[in-house]
Amino acid sequence: MKIAIVVYPGSNCDRDVLRILNNVLNVEAKLIWHTDKNIGEFDGIILPGGFSYGDYLRAGVIAAYSPIMEEIKNMAREEKPVLGICNGFQILVEAGLLPGALLRNIGLKFICKWVGVKVENSDTIFTRHMKKDDVQYMPIAHNEGRYFIDEDNLKELKRHNQIVFRYTSPNKGELEDYNPNGSVEGIAGVCNDKGNVMGLMPHPERASEKLLSPYGDNSGINIFSSIISSIGE
Amino acid sequence: MTMFLVDITIENKPTIRDPEGEVIEKDLMVRNGYQQIRGVRTAKLLKLKLEAKNETAAKEIAAKMCDDLRIYNPLVSMCSISVRVSD
Repeated sequence: MKIAIVVYPGSNCDRDVLRILNNVLNVEAKLIWHTDKNIGEFDGIILPGGFSYGDYLRAGVIAAYSPIMEEIKNMAREEKPVLGICNGFQILVEAGLLPGALLRNIGLKFICKWVGVKVENSDTIFTRHMKKDDVQYMPIAHNEGRYFIDEDNLKELKRHNQIVFRYTSPNKGELEDYNPNGSVEGIAGVCNDKGNVMGLMPHPERASEKLLSPYGDNSGINIFSSIISSIGE
Repeated sequence: MTMFLVDITIENKPTIRDPEGEVIEKDLMVRNGYQQIRGVRTAKLLKLKLEAKNETAAKEIAAKMCDDLRIYNPLVSMCSISVRVSD
């Protein structure tokens, strides 16, 4: 099994993801430059966080036209797992692989903090190691994370159970509504209707080792281990 | 062929909130005595130089590019294009 991690000019979470896959989960993973088109040997692909192309024009849009995008679209069509984290989520939205848009945070500030992330759909290849309503604690670090979708498409999203994560209180044990960036219905992550492409704004790769979490847990790793277990089938 | 100057203005659709515009209006303009201001929307402006056979063709090329390359996000934003001959 092999996982590809795309590196765009301006990616900065690629090595964090690589470390979790290689060193924590003992899975073979490789960094792939965005002009490389030979990714047929990989079983899944992760678009990491960062600031591809300096977020010029609009976060994610230039990377959505990178040479590797055709291959990513092929993998999505073949129903291989495609995960976008933060800027990776923005790129998948701009490429049309996920619905909606990611707008500038409602408070106009870059937000860097740990938040609660509640599982809304545990029936995906990304969340099978979690239970519905479980809360994972992960950091967010973004300026354009306000998930927007119009009312008609929101209905479709709900009908196909595509809302995967919502934000919840950063205070452990509290399950109050919490919306750090003004996202529609506090949405933090969505998947496509087939369930093999997912994007989320929080950073699970920064919450996959107990040492790195102020909560002393490593719940972010459940996303990566879910993907790995789904590939084995 | 003629050289044209093309301005592409990208802004949020009216139904999408523009918090930057709201803050500029409320906390800068109105608060500091310009109560006549009745709304501010921010936008992004791209200034292009473009070679085409005439003004209509220049506008068509720019409009097609805006759609092809997602220069604006059609879900949340809109763009307007103005063309003039370069000096």
